[in-house]
Amino acid sequence: MLLIQCPYCGERPEPEFAYGGQAHIARPAQPAQTSPQEWTAFLYLRNNTRGVHAERWRHTRGCGRFFNALRDTTTDRFLATYKVGEQPPVDGADA
Amino acid sequence: MKPFSGFALFRQGLRGQRGWTPQWRAAEPKPAYDAVIVGGGGHGLGTAYYLAREHGMRNIAVLEKGWIGGGNTGRNTTIIRSNYLFAESAALYDHALKLWEGLSQELNYNMMFSQRGVMMLAHTVHDMQVAQRHVHANRAAGVDNEWLTPGQARAFCPPLNIGDIRYPVLGAALQRRGGTARHDAVAWGYARGADALGVDIIENCEVTGIRSGPGGAVEAVDTTRGRIRTPRVGVVAAGNTSVVMKMAGVALPLESYPLQALVSEPVKPVFPCVVMSNTIHAYISQSDKGELVIGAGTDAYTSYTQRGALHIPSHALEAICELFPMFRRLKMLRNWGGIVDVTPDRSPIIARTPVPGLYVNCGWGTGGFKATPGSAHVFAWTIAHDEPHPINAPFTLERFRDGNLIDEAAAAAVAH
Repeated sequence: MLLIQCPYCGERPEPEFAYGGQAHIARPAQPAQTSPQEWTAFLYLRNNTRGVHAERWRHTRGCGRFFNALRDTTTDRFLATYKVGEQPPVDGADA
Repeated sequence: MKPFSGFALFRQGLRGQRGWTPQWRAAEPKPAYDAVIVGGGGHGLGTAYYLAREHGMRNIAVLEKGWIGGGNTGRNTTIIRSNYLFAESAALYDHALKLWEGLSQELNYNMMFSQRGVMMLAHTVHDMQVAQRHVHANRAAGVDNEWLTPGQARAFCPPLNIGDIRYPVLGAALQRRGGTARHDAVAWGYARGADALGVDIIENCEVTGIRSGPGGAVEAVDTTRGRIRTPRVGVVAAGNTSVVMKMAGVALPLESYPLQALVSEPVKPVFPCVVMSNTIHAYISQSDKGELVIGAGTDAYTSYTQRGALHIPSHALEAICELFPMFRRLKMLRNWGGIVDVTPDRSPIIARTPVPGLYVNCGWGTGGFKATPGSAHVFAWTIAHDEPHPINAPFTLERFRDGNLIDEAAAAAVAH
């Protein structure tokens, strides 16, 4: 079980959280001008990183807020958690 | 290849079992092949076998970064069924099931294939509607599936507790042709069969790069044991498919999650079939060795660690103890995880890619074992003909762009 540092509440056990998938995926700004390939990338294509992965979590059974995290998917160790809208605090993340 | 037979077994018995030989060669990589399969699990070895046997491609290699069958082929819960909702899926999985039925004879290798029946429980009104829709869809598609009352379900599986539990059993869908097989034997049988046809099976050989020529077509793969030239590469790398395909610049709609399973201490034969419950999420069968083989769910997050958190199998065990009170005092023996590559619609991708000569067979998610022979058979066709077999034609990469999803995710929600 993971111990996750919520940026608002502190360290809590994994069952309090919901996983939100890859972070920093921006919805296309001009939907009408967006090609099917770009929609495919937005909706379906994922980095599925083997290494440091930028991802979203939501503290559903705590404060209810979304935040971002950097986790190494080869060890499941968290490098950092940070608030939505902030950039990854560690270089080398495959965001 | 020396064929296995009752007579051979008897003769070896008289000679102290000293005459058995290795079942495949420890091949060294050659500088070039007509085709290279990346991934030595059941699907990859089967692909090589069918390429050699049905399409006459003998100069091929299977590259495996570890040992064959050491990934998800050796980590699954060995359940075989074909009762999927949509016509495309039912055709694919039933193609596999039909191949399973003759596989031991074809490969001269005992798959311990046992059609003991797969029973999927319904615990709510919604479950009953979904399960009955599956039964009707399957029967219309020519796939056997039948509806059982709670009493009939209990008669089919006497250890089942249908009554005094939080979610009582309201009925069940039973596919009698479903069952189990020995997972390791699938890898070993295909490896032995492919090797006898001249296929090189190269273990401890990790692919580190995929090289394309000036026209964009595949030319070679770089490996930890040197460069291998080849015009055709089939990637069947399960949880690591995204990593391998990234080497060729192909992004896929995949995410890799740990999926856990566990076995109990071995006991005498007590459990006659396979039982699955999607709603309270557990599935269980008994191996011929006597262990109860229990499947848990995926962990919530993507990972490549081949392990997960204890609360996932513990949740599955709570469901097992409710459904089968007689197992409450059993001890669990081993618990492990495998990394499964999941697509957004929970259907596989068996297709060509934007890179000419590069083919991918992935996205089997939490339920690829059952499809092994069918998947390998149609993937070999796809590589040999450079176009999909009619059965895997709907399972393209482009279906996500074009909106032609085969949405088994919505149809079953969990536990494929």
